[in-house]
Amino acid sequence: MEYIPLNFPFLAAALLAGISFYIIIFRKNLIKLIMGVGMMSSGVNLFLVALGYRAGGNVPIYTDVPEGPMVLSVPQALTLTSIVINVAVLALMLSMVINVYRHTGSLDSEKSRKMKG
Amino acid sequence: MRKIAGLISWLVLVAFLVSGMLLLHPFGYPTPSDMDDYIIENAQEETGSNSVVASVVFDYRGFDTLGEATILFTAVTGVLLLLRTRKRKEESS
Amino acid sequence: MLSKIVRTVANQLILFILTFGLYIIAHGHLTPGGGFQGGAVVVSGVVMLLVAFNSQELKKSLRERLLTIMESTGALIFAILGFVGIGTTFFYNILVGSPVFGRIPPSGAGPGDFWTAGYIPPMNFAVGLKVIAGLTAVVLALALFASGEEVEE
Repeated sequence: MEYIPLNFPFLAAALLAGISFYIIIFRKNLIKLIMGVGMMSSGVNLFLVALGYRAGGNVPIYTDVPEGPMVLSVPQALTLTSIVINVAVLALMLSMVINVYRHTGSLDSEKSRKMKG
Repeated sequence: MRKIAGLISWLVLVAFLVSGMLLLHPFGYPTPSDMDDYIIENAQEETGSNSVVASVVFDYRGFDTLGEATILFTAVTGVLLLLRTRKRKEESS
Repeated sequence: MLSKIVRTVANQLILFILTFGLYIIAHGHLTPGGGFQGGAVVVSGVVMLLVAFNSQELKKSLRERLLTIMESTGALIFAILGFVGIGTTFFYNILVGSPVFGRIPPSGAGPGDFWTAGYIPPMNFAVGLKVIAGLTAVVLALALFASGEEVEE
């Protein structure tokens, strides 16, 4: 296989996580904050799958697979778990934001921070 | 002031992430893979499943999947609980 | 409610989407896929129905209470199948070698046999039932709330 310089997939995962950190720290809108959390989960998933890649590997499923090495299978199972947990967290956060909007009337995180009444 | 503090913390986080990624093994050549080699070799005889990922999810790491199912159940219960109380609030206020 | 063309196409397409989702759930031990992925495919079909029709229209045929019972049933089947092999270890695959789902495929690449893999296909069905019911309940609750309707139990 050709050599990919400088661990490029790992750097892409780090970049995705960095952008999502920027969104989470600096944005005030709660919906954008939820989008940032989803982006961070995408970065983590990309990192996990890239961590288990073996050069020239096939999928670890024996049904009509061509000859050759197989990629590591435990990181892929962990990614599956991570995706499902991400769905659960996103659904819970969205309903929480709906409740916040119903109580305070705005999506600004500065205003909903005060928790009055 | 808070913006500057946030920027500094973000820069530290990104520097940490990027330096950690640069220190990893080269892409495509994972170093310790004994457990995965054992699972890939023995999954067909031990679980009878052709798909190694399915045998990892449901057999070798079944306890993990049980916790995952619990998380999904808790999230659905929480969403239904959070979105249910609308009518009562309007009546009381 | 969208136009008549969209409603007709959604009516015809939902059968194929449900069949594809059930295929992915049933062949989770042979091909890429499984309970979670197939459940997500089925729920995407439900979302298509939600977009094409009203959420009140769907509420007549989908009770949230029934969905909660379905999800609990899936989780219960999963936990019981995990506890069956408690004599050896937790989550011991006791069905390998038995007449049901007990065949062992020849090692190496092959076409694959449906009656293999021990308790993995029943577990896939349980998890698929759980994901279908749970995500449908969540999506339906969000849609009903957005349309200003009361979400019941």
